[in-house]
Amino acid sequence: MNCSENTQKYYRVNRLPHIWCPGCGHGTLLNAVVRAIDKENLNKDEVVIVSGIGCSSRAPGYLDFNTLHTTHGRALGFATGLKLANPKLHVIVIMGDGDSSAIGGNHLIHAARRNIDITAVVFNNDIYGMTGGQYSPTTPYGDFATTAPYGNIDRPFDLCSLAQGAGATYVGRGTAYHVPLMQKLIEKGIENKGFSFIEGLSICPTYYGRKNKKGSAFKMQSFLKDNCVDIKVAEKNSEKGKDKIIIGEFYNNPKPEYTEGYQVIIDKFQKQGRD
Amino acid sequence: MSNNHGYKLYQGNEACVEGALDAGMRFFAGYPITPSTEIAEISSQKLPKVGGKFIQMEDELSSMAAIIGGSLAGVKSMTATSGPGFSLMQENIGYASIAEVPCVVVDVQRGGPSTGMPTSPAQGDVMQAKWGTHGDHPAIALTPNSVQETYEYTIKAFNIAEKYRTPVILLMDETVGHMREKLKLKASSEIEVVDRKKPSCSPKEYVAYRPDEDMIPPMASFGEGYRYHVTGLTHDETGFPTNSNEISGKLIHRIVDKVEKNIDDISFFEEYKMEDAEIVIVAFGGTSRAVKSAVDEMREKNIKVGMFRPITIWPFLEKQISKVADKAKEIYVAEMNLGQYFIEVDRIAGKKCHVNKINKVTGELFTPKEITDAVTGGRL
Repeated sequence: MNCSENTQKYYRVNRLPHIWCPGCGHGTLLNAVVRAIDKENLNKDEVVIVSGIGCSSRAPGYLDFNTLHTTHGRALGFATGLKLANPKLHVIVIMGDGDSSAIGGNHLIHAARRNIDITAVVFNNDIYGMTGGQYSPTTPYGDFATTAPYGNIDRPFDLCSLAQGAGATYVGRGTAYHVPLMQKLIEKGIENKGFSFIEGLSICPTYYGRKNKKGSAFKMQSFLKDNCVDIKVAEKNSEKGKDKIIIGEFYNNPKPEYTEGYQVIIDKFQKQGRD
Repeated sequence: MSNNHGYKLYQGNEACVEGALDAGMRFFAGYPITPSTEIAEISSQKLPKVGGKFIQMEDELSSMAAIIGGSLAGVKSMTATSGPGFSLMQENIGYASIAEVPCVVVDVQRGGPSTGMPTSPAQGDVMQAKWGTHGDHPAIALTPNSVQETYEYTIKAFNIAEKYRTPVILLMDETVGHMREKLKLKASSEIEVVDRKKPSCSPKEYVAYRPDEDMIPPMASFGEGYRYHVTGLTHDETGFPTNSNEISGKLIHRIVDKVEKNIDDISFFEEYKMEDAEIVIVAFGGTSRAVKSAVDEMREKNIKVGMFRPITIWPFLEKQISKVADKAKEIYVAEMNLGQYFIEVDRIAGKKCHVNKINKVTGELFTPKEITDAVTGGRL
């Protein structure tokens, strides 16, 4: 196998090939995560990658860090325990759209509210892929899924608005096509001392794509290329952002971090002793 | 840890926290629920004073998740709840079982099902403590019947969790959780504290789920340089998921066997006036307090009655119950449910003697008279 330097350094090469379908956007997004970790020069022994359940959740198994594949929706609960118990750890959580915002929606808003220093990266492919293509909280209105055979009448979440509204202090959206942007957002998310939320728009040619006649993986990538506009462009020229998917850095507003807040309490009360 | 070697008046829930701290608990995640809330409150007050951490999570699902995370970071972790929250925790209790993450889950039982009777005692979670999470898995549950025992068995719960790398349930009930009685805290020199077995090899040689001869794999903490994988999927010795049916089967056998085959190490029970007992009442937790009085009253009338009190509820004390049944003419199982522990007692003892039920689900503790009436047919 011909492996790049990053692959050799950060991947468990013996766990490859991965399980994702041909054309899936997840591998590209995972590479953005790895490149960001490399750029931030994090100590591999202090990095923990946590995931829930679904296609996205298989990502940590391929990476040579402390890796934790948890239960559906609960990745942020496990991550919160890890981070609070040992704040030295760099905790990066990879979740899917259903994982993070349906079954795990409550944990997402509360992790964001606490502003605990965790970098959450959502691989959003608008569908439950692992179970074969059911509609998720991000499936667009009117689209088809195996459980929406007559069209989806649920209104989708805007995950970034949700995270920002709940208190995340760094929020951005990249895509599996806009890889340098995705990497940059994750880097800044890691740098932010607090809860960072980065949505990565992925593509699922196998289930979402086929069910909605979106064409090949190439066509779906081209859609991302042609229909995403950076927020800086859209803010300057609203015409350019009209009916487009807005990507880029949405929010960067550091606030007091949770584990540091707890340490202040310890420093103040530890000297009093237990009784 | 404690400077106070004399007796003090404590509540059961308070004693639980003292025991946990003495056992080395330094992380607690929980969600408020009656009648266990004091355990969270006191933990929130005391943990930062010993350099530990407390967090109130958004629900019991994430509370259980958080303590597994805390334990993986190398910190002894606990949560506490009651029936409805215990139901929610079952998901990740299963995770802790298969991923072999030591932790302690306190369930202060109240009346159920559902919201039931939040402030009333019950023992309806006996089976949930064993079978609440899906799939075959090890189950260890300890049931104290006094404030002193709550303190001591909370320490034991941590030690067993650490030794066997598995979640341990401390199955209290509202009566024991809220009763106040004397407690003697132990000096730190008197307390046996067990810590999980760590790998002695280098990170390169570490195979995260390769068991030693005792069936238990050494456990590294995240952040110590042993970069390994943890999953709730069935996995091989490396910790990575496997599609092998044979390896999957072996894993389930091992995690069950590591507890079942060491049952003698974790079998705790009390025998009260059992030497010549022809009638034996099996009772545990709050119920056993009423049964003890009932036994004394019946003894005064020369009825040869005794009490067998399991403290280890799970694994089931098959050997001891079988021995009880060898000598007894009749067994009664008294419990604040409709006969959950009875099923197990009857399974073993029913072949040898008659096994009867004494049950109560009104949200009240048994009175001794109810026990004596049941045993003597009201003739006492």
